[in-house]
Parts: sequence; C-alpha cells; structure tokens
Amino acid sequence: MFFQKELCLYCHMPFEEQTGWAGLLFLTEPDLLCEGCRSGLAPIHGNRCDRCSRPMHEQGRCQDCIRWEETPSIGGALDKNISLYTYNSFMKEYIARFKYRGDYELARLFGEEIRKAAPKADMILPVPLSEERMRERGFNQARALGEMAGLKMQEGLVRMHSEKQAKMTRRERIERRQVFEIHPDAPVFRGKTILLIDDIYTTGTTLRQAGILLKEAGARRVLSVTIAR
Amino acid sequence: MVYTPLHSLLSGRELLLQEIPSEFHDSLQSPDIYTMKAIEQNACRRCGNSDPRLLARFPHQACGTDCLYCRKCIMMGRVSACSTLYGWGGSPVEWDSAEAKLSWDGVLSPSQAEASKAIVQAVQEKAELLVWAVCGAGKTEMVFAGIEEALKDGKRVCIAAPRTDVILELEPRLKAVFPHIPVIALHGQSTEKHAFAPLVLSTVHQLLRYANAFDLMIIDEVDAFPFSFDSSLQFAAQKAGKKDSTRIYLTATPSADYQRRFRKGELRGVILPARFHRKPIPMPEIRWGGNWQKSIQKKQIPSPLLSWLTAIIKKQEPFFIFFPHIDLMKEALPLFRGLSLSIDSVHADDPARREKVMKLRGGELQGLLTTTILERGVTIPKLNVAVIGAENDLFTEAALVQIAGRVGRAKEHPAGEAIFFHYGKTEEMKAAVKQIMRMNEEARKRGLLD
Repeated sequence: MFFQKELCLYCHMPFEEQTGWAGLLFLTEPDLLCEGCRSGLAPIHGNRCDRCSRPMHEQGRCQDCIRWEETPSIGGALDKNISLYTYNSFMKEYIARFKYRGDYELARLFGEEIRKAAPKADMILPVPLSEERMRERGFNQARALGEMAGLKMQEGLVRMHSEKQAKMTRRERIERRQVFEIHPDAPVFRGKTILLIDDIYTTGTTLRQAGILLKEAGARRVLSVTIAR
Repeated sequence: MVYTPLHSLLSGRELLLQEIPSEFHDSLQSPDIYTMKAIEQNACRRCGNSDPRLLARFPHQACGTDCLYCRKCIMMGRVSACSTLYGWGGSPVEWDSAEAKLSWDGVLSPSQAEASKAIVQAVQEKAELLVWAVCGAGKTEMVFAGIEEALKDGKRVCIAAPRTDVILELEPRLKAVFPHIPVIALHGQSTEKHAFAPLVLSTVHQLLRYANAFDLMIIDEVDAFPFSFDSSLQFAAQKAGKKDSTRIYLTATPSADYQRRFRKGELRGVILPARFHRKPIPMPEIRWGGNWQKSIQKKQIPSPLLSWLTAIIKKQEPFFIFFPHIDLMKEALPLFRGLSLSIDSVHADDPARREKVMKLRGGELQGLLTTTILERGVTIPKLNVAVIGAENDLFTEAALVQIAGRVGRAKEHPAGEAIFFHYGKTEEMKAAVKQIMRMNEEARKRGLLD
C-alpha cells in the first residue's frame, strides 16, 4: 500500500490531509497526534515555581517547595525540576496506557521536547523501577522517555520494592524510609551535575529521595525532567 | 458435573499468562491445554491486527529482544511476540438441559413471533440470519426462544453489543427469563471475567479474549460504532464463534453491504417493519435550516429551528436536538438556556450523561442538546427530535433513521416530530426518509398496523 495515511499516535484515527502550502511543502513537522487528542494536552507555560515547575500567578517559589526546604536532610535534595505538561485527565489516561498497559511507542510523542528541555548535565539517570515492577511491565517508562529523546543514560540507582506509592498520602510518602540504593556499578557522582528522568512529578518525594542519595554521594547539583506534574 | 477452575477459566477463551491467576501456572503443562504464539507472521492472533502502523517494537526486559507488540488491542493488556496464548483443548463444559427452561409469560406480536421462529430455525440449521427490525420492534423478546433452543442442546450462547449500556440493560432481563442457567455480563468494569457461563452477554471488546467458544452468536446493532468501524472487533466476533456457529445479526439499519447480501439472497433475513404497538413510525421531515453555523456564531438560534422549538416548549414535551460537533453545541447551549432553563447538553465523555437523561425522563429537564451519542438505545415517551446541520457527514442514512426512531415509541404516545434542519439537502437525508416510508408501507401491506 502506497501513501497510507499516518495514524494518530493515541486514538489511531487516520490523519486528515495536511492543508496549506506549508504542509504541502513539508515545511511543518506533522504532529504525531490528531487535533482532538492534541487539544487534550495542557503544556505548562508562563510563570511557574522556579524549583518544581508548578504553574503560578507570578514567578517565584511555591508553598510546597518552601515547606520542603524547611525539612532537614531532604530540603536541598533537588535543585530544579522541569515538567512539560499538566497532569490533567487526558495526560492521566495517556500515561496509564503508556506505563500500565505497556504501550512503549507512546513515549515517542515527548522525545523532541524532552531533548530540548533537558538541561546540561554530566550524567543522565532514568529513575529506576524495582525488579518486580520491571518484570510486570517489561520496560522502565522513565528510560523509555530518555531513549526516545536520544539521551545517553547510565544506571546509577537501584529501587527497592515497596507497596504502591501511587496509593499513599503525601505524609506517608515523605515519611517513608529511603527507597533507593546506589547501583553497584554506579559512576562517580562526586562534584557532578546529575539529571534524573521520570514520567510524573507528583509530590516530588521520589525525585528528592533519589536526590538525597546522590547528594550524599557528593553530587554537586541534582536536576530532573518529567513529562507531567 | 464439577470442573476445575482452570477448565472453567479456559473453556472457549484464549488468554495470556498474565490473565491467568498465578496459582494455575503450574497446571498449564496439562495435555488438555493448547498454546500458540500470540503474534505470528506479523499479525496479532488475539485481534487480527496486521497493520504495520499499529505494530511496534520495544526493548522487552522479559525476552531481552527488541520485541514486536500489538498496539491495536493494547487496552486489553499487551500482546507481544514472546507471549503465548493458552486455550482449552480438552472436553467441553456440559450442563443439564432441563436447567435451560425459559421462564417468560409475555406474548409476542405476530411479526415478533415470525422473527422468533426464524431465529429458532437458524439455530437448528446453523445458519446466518439478518433480523432487520425497525426501532421499537422489541428485539430482545424475539431472541428468547432461540437462546432456549440452543441451551437445551448444550450449546453455548453469546449476545454481543457494541456498548456497555446495552449489556447492562440486557443483564437483568436475561437473568430473569433464564433463572436456572448461569449468565455472565462482561464489559470494561465487570468483575466476573473468570467465571464460566453457558450464556454470556458481552461488549464486543471483551470478545477479544474468546476463541471458538459459542455455538450461537447474537450480534446486536452490527451497524453501530465502534463495531462497524473497527476491523479487530469484527475479527473478535468471528473468532469467538465456533466454525459452524449460528450467527444472528440484529439491526434497525443494516449497512449497504448487509442489505446487498440480503437482497441477493446470500444472507437469510427477516424484516420486522412495524413497531410492537402497531402504529406507523412518525415520518421525519426535511426542513431548510439556513446558515446555522453563522447564526450560532452571531449568538442567535437559527430562526427555522427557533420557531419549531418555541412551539415544542409551549407544548411542554421533551426534546433532543442533535449537533454534529461538540464545540458548536457547547457554544450554542447558553443561547438555548436563554429560551428555557430546563435545557442541558450531553456528549460521549460527559460523566453526568446518564444522570441528565434520567432528569429528562423525570421531567426535571425538558430538552437536551446532544451529539450522536444519544442516537440509539434511549426510549423517552412523547419525545421530539431535531437535527441541526443534518448535511454533516456524521448524519448517515443509518444515523438519521436511528434518530427519527427515538420518536413515538411508547404505546400511549405513538406520534411525535422528527425534523432534519439542513443547509443543503443530502442523499442520506432522502434515503433515511425513504427507508422509514418503505418500512411503514411494508407494515401496512402485511396488515401489521392498526
């Protein structure tokens, strides 16, 4: 079959013809999503918390991050998180299909944007899954996002298995003991800037726990990129 | 007869390892169980997808390869090249035919009885049958006798419908008329996915997990979205039935393809042109609606629609107004609420959809603006319907017949208005009017109308 229409990455509906000269001359990069699905996504733009990317009325620091910073030991664990989209109902379904149903291909949508958003770092680590989750899912969604963005990643952390974090309250998450360990073959973190990749920033606990460990190992800065928050 | 849980689970199903409870995994070596690769020659064995655009590779930790997986049926759990499907190849599950007694004391109308007989005959002869019954003919009662005939012979039966709402509606009715036979209803939220039942009610999506299971497949609304549109659902419906199964297609608006096969005599069929209450279907009317989109952008209700609606509001009768787009409908809602506050709108993703229809039923709301989501399955006494933008491609002959079929369904109120407001008449509108006219004529000719 020649000239098969592209299908929307999410709803699998065939694309309508690209209209206008720009489309005809391939000047515009065709979107991977149809218009309807694209409109379900809410990019984070404008004023935000300079620490965690929470959308705000004016540039500054959000209440949550101020509270984090007052917490000893975990306060300075994460220097900056950059998130691309709001975790709205469409994004929730999108990530659920990607992560829980295992539709790896859906990571393709964010490749380019993650590559552009990723700040300079000495090394890039995907937030790991526990062995049990990895067996269940067959791939690590954080690593998939980095792969689609063409980032060179290393393994620096190991995640111990625990009950489902998605089902916990903020307090429970924060009070949990450390869920990560340093990977036996981890590179040297001393003095380095490290970028973590993950799918969602919820309360920031996971990323901060990874941050604590990396800072204890001598990391200079810990940054993160997630597709949603 | 007592069966092992694994026997009940796998009878007529083909499942992935992750769909089988782990306590059975050690028993999967049994000679009664057959296995097959879930993806073979670049085609998914579960949903039939072979479109390269919907097959993708991923670095699969389980097999250590760049493993191919099917994106088409991913919502039912991932099928990949290294997965195995498990099925039951041993003896079938049996039940006592005495339990299959139908307990129903309703009476069928003469034309329902004719259809019911044709269905029983199709079961006996393992044939395919099209039941073309107008909206409001009373389809459910017609299949009872055929189901009983099949169950008595130890045959497994499935009623498949494209939408969960239809399954939820059928479940209590069938449980009531077959009180001694286990009946299960399968849809996205059901919890009985592992049970065995001789009579299964299922959304077409759930049929993906069945293979070679049913001797009688009754497919309701074969023409409805998503079934008519999605080749993998048709594949699933084909695969769920045994090779020599009876297939009954119920529809008010068969596709051109079914109509052609029926007329050529390739497909056996029975037509029910009359409603159970023996009154003709109210004729829809094609009416000029003007440049309605422009009116709405100018914050005005198009005047032909406005004059019609004013009369309906005065009569205090309930109404639906069908729109081709959600966005235009949302834009128009405030204009309509300016006429009357008891108007609201619904669309497919509206969480309060059922609630609003209930409110209309209870008289709390007088009218709903809606997308095509309400074209089927709702019965509201005294209802009137209008379509705005009937020239839109969404309003096919079938959709318009279904919409007009919402009117005059109750015995006490067999009349009502259905108006197609347009900005350019289409062949589809004319065909819809013609189809309803032909059905009424046929009914009159056969003496099925009072």
